[in-house]
Amino acid sequence: MKLVPIAALLAVALASPAALAQKKYDPGASDKAIKIGNTNPYSGPASSYGTIGKSIGAYWKMVNDKGGINGRKIEWISYDDGYSPPKTVEMVRKLVEQDQVLLLFQTLGTPPNTAIHKYMNSKKVPQAFVATGATKWNDPRNFPWTMGWQPNYQTEGRIYAEHILKNNPKAKIGVLYQNDDYGKDYLKGFKDGLGDKAASMIVKEVSYEVTDPTVDSQIVQLQASGADTFFNITIPKFAAQAIRKAYDTGWKPTHYLNNVSASIGSVLKPAGMDKSVGLISTQYFKDPQDAQWKDDPAVQEWRTFMAKYYPEGNLLDPFNMYGYLVASTLHEVLKKAGDNLTRVNVMKQAASLQGYRPEGLLPGIRINTGANDFAPVESEQLIRFNGQQWERFGPILGK
Amino acid sequence: MEAFLHQVLAGLATGGIYASLALALVMIYQATHLVNFAQGEMAMFATYFAWSLINAGMPYWPAFLLTVVFAFVLGVVIERVIIRPVENAPVLAVVVVFIALLVILNSVTGWIFSYTIKTFPSPFPAEPIFGQYITSHQGGAIGVTLVVLLLLYLFFRYTPLGLALRAAAQNPDSARLVGIRVGWMLALGWGLAAAIGGVAGMMVAPIVFLDPNMMGGVLLYAFAAALVGGIDNPAGAVFGGFLVGVLENVLGAFVIGNELKLAVALVLIIGVLVVRPSGFFGKVLVTRV
Amino acid sequence: MSRRQLILLAVLLLAACALPFLVSNYRTFQFTLALVYSIALLGLNMLTGYNGQISLGHGAFYAIGAYTAAILMDQFGMPYWATLPIAAVVCLVAGFLFGLPALRLEGLYLALATFALGVSLPALLKYHHLEKWTGGVQGIVINKPDPPFGLPLDPDQWLYFFTLAIAVLMFVLAWNMLRGRMGRAMVAIRDQHIAAEAMGINTAMVKSLTFGVSAMYTGIAGALGAIAIQYVAPDSFNIFLSIVFLVGIVVGGLASISGAIYGALFIQFVPNIADEISRAAPWAIFGIFLLGFVYLMPMGVAGAVRMALARLKRKAQNSPTRST
Repeated sequence: MKLVPIAALLAVALASPAALAQKKYDPGASDKAIKIGNTNPYSGPASSYGTIGKSIGAYWKMVNDKGGINGRKIEWISYDDGYSPPKTVEMVRKLVEQDQVLLLFQTLGTPPNTAIHKYMNSKKVPQAFVATGATKWNDPRNFPWTMGWQPNYQTEGRIYAEHILKNNPKAKIGVLYQNDDYGKDYLKGFKDGLGDKAASMIVKEVSYEVTDPTVDSQIVQLQASGADTFFNITIPKFAAQAIRKAYDTGWKPTHYLNNVSASIGSVLKPAGMDKSVGLISTQYFKDPQDAQWKDDPAVQEWRTFMAKYYPEGNLLDPFNMYGYLVASTLHEVLKKAGDNLTRVNVMKQAASLQGYRPEGLLPGIRINTGANDFAPVESEQLIRFNGQQWERFGPILGK
Repeated sequence: MEAFLHQVLAGLATGGIYASLALALVMIYQATHLVNFAQGEMAMFATYFAWSLINAGMPYWPAFLLTVVFAFVLGVVIERVIIRPVENAPVLAVVVVFIALLVILNSVTGWIFSYTIKTFPSPFPAEPIFGQYITSHQGGAIGVTLVVLLLLYLFFRYTPLGLALRAAAQNPDSARLVGIRVGWMLALGWGLAAAIGGVAGMMVAPIVFLDPNMMGGVLLYAFAAALVGGIDNPAGAVFGGFLVGVLENVLGAFVIGNELKLAVALVLIIGVLVVRPSGFFGKVLVTRV
Repeated sequence: MSRRQLILLAVLLLAACALPFLVSNYRTFQFTLALVYSIALLGLNMLTGYNGQISLGHGAFYAIGAYTAAILMDQFGMPYWATLPIAAVVCLVAGFLFGLPALRLEGLYLALATFALGVSLPALLKYHHLEKWTGGVQGIVINKPDPPFGLPLDPDQWLYFFTLAIAVLMFVLAWNMLRGRMGRAMVAIRDQHIAAEAMGINTAMVKSLTFGVSAMYTGIAGALGAIAIQYVAPDSFNIFLSIVFLVGIVVGGLASISGAIYGALFIQFVPNIADEISRAAPWAIFGIFLLGFVYLMPMGVAGAVRMALARLKRKAQNSPTRST
């Protein structure tokens, strides 16, 4: 008779909420804590990036002080890999196999992340929000466990290329790039953006190594090539040198500076604020040293955070704001995961952020991810330096 | 042509950096017949000391002088405490000690001061007074290097202490017989070298910005410079520095590309060591069999 | 070798074989790396400990071996085990060629020249004309070998046994060579260069060959390391690698085969300990360890073990054996 199906339906209906309320844990998650693993270069030549790991660690301290996420404390395990891929492999295996973390978060650097890319995906452990702008992390079909966070370098390069094509199609471009994956990724995006005009517009391409004491020689080469537009792909230390040298030699190109070095505190001030007038870059979050954000509540909240939880951190260093923002994003993801702390669910939540906005991002920029969109922050805005602060202009570009 | 000239001048400017560190290397060699792999890190550490003083409010020149003294004392202490025990040990032990010193200094500095780059002030005016190719600071730094060179020359040539230092390095036993306190001469040599290194660091930092890995790239070029000029000749070291700077820039810009600049240093070092170990101006050493 | 020593070695070997079944895959992986380093250190020790030629650039040969293996596997589809002999030959030749100009250099100057090699190698690896082969800054990703013949082993375990087998082979070969004429010639050159020459030893040939063989050992280690890590990139092979190797042989014990093993265990496991002591300045702890060894245990762990054993033996000999 019809009682059986009705009874069955009732049973299912009654059972489901209970099933939903069940807690589900993968290794690294429990009623009390969530273990998050990380590698960062705290020593060696890339150690200036290590402050990101430290600022993230400080963020979790703050979260724990406020009661944790859904009542669980965050256990942050971060090892030094010295930016050396073999070391990264070893430390990541330790995190996954010995420390049994739930997920890996913000592992830093393209070579280190490349070294563990296959491993993480074969072990089915999230390699979440990696700290590199390389484009290859947005590949959910082949690597469903890996996701980037920041706008990738190629997109940014393309933005500059499009700006040049629109405003100065007859430009003669000189490029200075760091001779590694970061520099070459930017260059690729830039060239792709210029399309078949790349070969004719780029009159000189020079590279430098991190071991070079100065890039003065390269700037001289670029000036001698007759370029009137300059795409500057350098990390802060060399960016400051390049800006200063270009100014001192009297070379006044239209100067595009990559976002990694668009910091007032660590690049423009050392180079000379007056020498940096006219610089064009992109930005996606608020530079704490920019006077226009002095009274911004998000920036003030960040300052309070830094003073209390990371007092030895450098307020001039935008990496510390970056760390804060990316940690907020994971915070949101873990909060949404609720009591279902399986690795599958963590990735699912990470891949379903709709319009999420940590307030430290520039107005108008939101984080969106989806099953085919593993690129959280894709929007940037062009900015121009007026001698005092960065002025945003134009629309929000990207997605 | 103008581009070439510009590269040469830029090369002279960077060469000034190499020359100043090479001077410190030569100084150590003259006093102890050792090549100090940790010289760059010692210079960097002294520069951080200067930065701390200036950051705390001290004006530039008093901080400069105090740092020179600090560096001197640091050199002496290192010699007495760290190098002394391995004085008569095989050369490998000494090399290992230098390497240990290098990593300790680098790591401790990063720990105390963090790895974010810092600006270091320059005592020279901001406007380029030597024309647009060389900033006043770069010109000034070259000047300071030459002054230090002159002082060294006078010291070694015309003072009894300088003579004693040279004697202690060349022939410790005979020097002892004559009454020279060889132990203290070595310490003095280290102190002087460290002081010169400190000056080098303070001249370099405004150009390359201060961070714990500041001297990493410079060290190899400074070695090349010291060897090319003659490891025991201060003037040779300065000449070597300029030569290496110009070669690096010119070759990098016009011949082999910027990627292989470090390889230039490698080739120079091996080339000099194999073809003419005494460099341009060094003394040719003859060992008795 | 005495029977007691042979028994001890057999026991050690048995223990080594049992290891992967007693510990986790991660630890097995770590021990595989330690074995790799022991081969590299054996190579360096040959050159520096036995022959007195200081090298601060052996990381370069490790890199050459690693890249050879990676390129052969990636571009030519060669199986992993076949890359080893080729990497060996390439590094033998490279080492020999470097050893030729190095003949004229002594002590600190050789250290300086090899230091320069170690510092400039990453730049050479990134050179864009070689990019087609080396993968440039992106490096090369390779696959981990699977156990052959369908053996019921984890890839990690298989790799451990493979590396162990190679290590045992390399150690036996080295022990044989160092005991024989070549080894004696090497030591003679180290201790009394001129007398050795006068005795009729072709010092130039011996020194260059030693450089070559030493590079070959380190190159084989590099190839094995690349297979274990499954990735090569220029950043993996900077000057710190060469420095770590030097540390390894000094701590382990110069001119000692067992020293290579102690040293390898040190450089594999101590940095992790240092990291735990001081997150902020791990290299400083490492440096302090280094100084400690140079001052207190200059003969390295191997030397200390030797002295301890000798003292025990003496005590045993002096103890009263007669009863009244």
